[in-house]
Amino acid sequence: MEVPRYWRNRNQRYALVGEVCPHCEVKIFPPRDVCPACGQDAKTKFSFSGRGEVYSYTTISDAPAGYEENAPYTVALVKLEEGPVVTAQLTDLGQEPVSIGMPVEMVTRRIRQDGGKEGILVYGYKFRPVMAVAR
Amino acid sequence: MEDKPQSLVLKPKLPVGIIGYGAYIPRYRLPNTEVSRIWVGGARPGPVKEKSVPGLDEDVVTMSIEAARNALARAGICADELRAVWVGSESHPYSVKPTSTLVAEAIGAVPHIQAGDWEFACKAGTEAMVAAIAMIGAGMGRYALAIGMDTAQGRPGDDLEYTAAAGGAAYILGPAAEALAEIEGSYSFVTDTPDFWRRADERYPSHAQRFTGDPAYFEHVTSAAKTLMSGLGSQPADYRYCVFHQPNAKFPQRAAQLLGFTNEQNKTGLLSPEIGNTYAGAAIVGLSAILDEAKPGDRILVTSYGSGAGSDAFSLRVTDKITGRQEKATRTREYIARRTEIDYGTYIRYRRLFAE
Repeated sequence: MEVPRYWRNRNQRYALVGEVCPHCEVKIFPPRDVCPACGQDAKTKFSFSGRGEVYSYTTISDAPAGYEENAPYTVALVKLEEGPVVTAQLTDLGQEPVSIGMPVEMVTRRIRQDGGKEGILVYGYKFRPVMAVAR
Repeated sequence: MEDKPQSLVLKPKLPVGIIGYGAYIPRYRLPNTEVSRIWVGGARPGPVKEKSVPGLDEDVVTMSIEAARNALARAGICADELRAVWVGSESHPYSVKPTSTLVAEAIGAVPHIQAGDWEFACKAGTEAMVAAIAMIGAGMGRYALAIGMDTAQGRPGDDLEYTAAAGGAAYILGPAAEALAEIEGSYSFVTDTPDFWRRADERYPSHAQRFTGDPAYFEHVTSAAKTLMSGLGSQPADYRYCVFHQPNAKFPQRAAQLLGFTNEQNKTGLLSPEIGNTYAGAAIVGLSAILDEAKPGDRILVTSYGSGAGSDAFSLRVTDKITGRQEKATRTREYIARRTEIDYGTYIRYRRLFAE
């Protein structure tokens, strides 16, 4: 079990909390405290909107340990509205086909259980097809 | 204790109302015909058309997070302004470890909060709402979040399998001056009536068959609603909408009739024919469907029911602040319309009901 690691990453995993560079305003995810664009300190928290689009995707049939229960499932590179690209599972697809450029939104879901039935439940971000709402 | 209805109505010192609300209903639907096909060769029509089923990666935590985000979007407040995050359910994913801390962390409400999980069968969510009204009404905080959410359990082949569904709603209570609906008063009616239960560590609930009707559901629902209306001096005709706990389609319709409400008043919040019984979510996801359509000045009577047993009744008056907030998050009907039908085998997989 890796409880301390899940705990350290809870903000970024539950709610897509990253960073914004105070010098060049680049949005950073996952947070790394140093701006990948200008190389300066970047520790200001930034909550991503969760909106983005599918940059690329694939279907996993032979799932890695801990994820077998959900197989087959779709994993995508999602280009967030604010710039960064994240890797995440797609969920709630129903019968909808996935395509490159498809608009998606972040939802917090149960990712897996670590340590079997007695272990901790791990929650984190996934993306689903955007539901029609004007915000 | 003096039991004149006026003195029994719960009214906070400071006026309180609903600032934001949000529903969540998962995507998958199991038709009653599928349950009937498997267990009785299709011989039984079933008490509802179909029920909502959570996906493999959904539980009361994830569903509460989405409903809470919807409520925050409608309230237009920051999560760190909340002073309480309370989740009522009978399907908390952990026996020990709060659902509410996970939800609070995910929406950004930690750490200056009360947090706790509430249990009272299907009225755990409305019990949390009464507590939130009390907290705000006493001036202990400006905003409090109360959620009722379930992924209900039904033993394969049991009557409950036709209706035990998933869904619920989240409510942010705050000062009436900012509210989209004011709380005119509430009243709760509680006795020890063993109509439905699940022992510790048991996977599925048991029920007392017909005993769940008259002495349990109808007695508590009608007593709570009657006493509240009598205490407030209101009549069924004063309300544009009513909504009751809905374990099936028949019970809430009969409760409405017994109290003198019309089908017209009851139909907007009656979701059980389409999504089944969402337990702690049932009455209040019906209320969210009503608030999605309500207009300023409309009055709403809400009555939950929890086995064991008790009912919480609320009288609400919609304000002009409802305008513009309804469309700020996904509406209840949009979740119902997002529908993927599944067969019984897929249901067994999604609910992890394989024998081990």
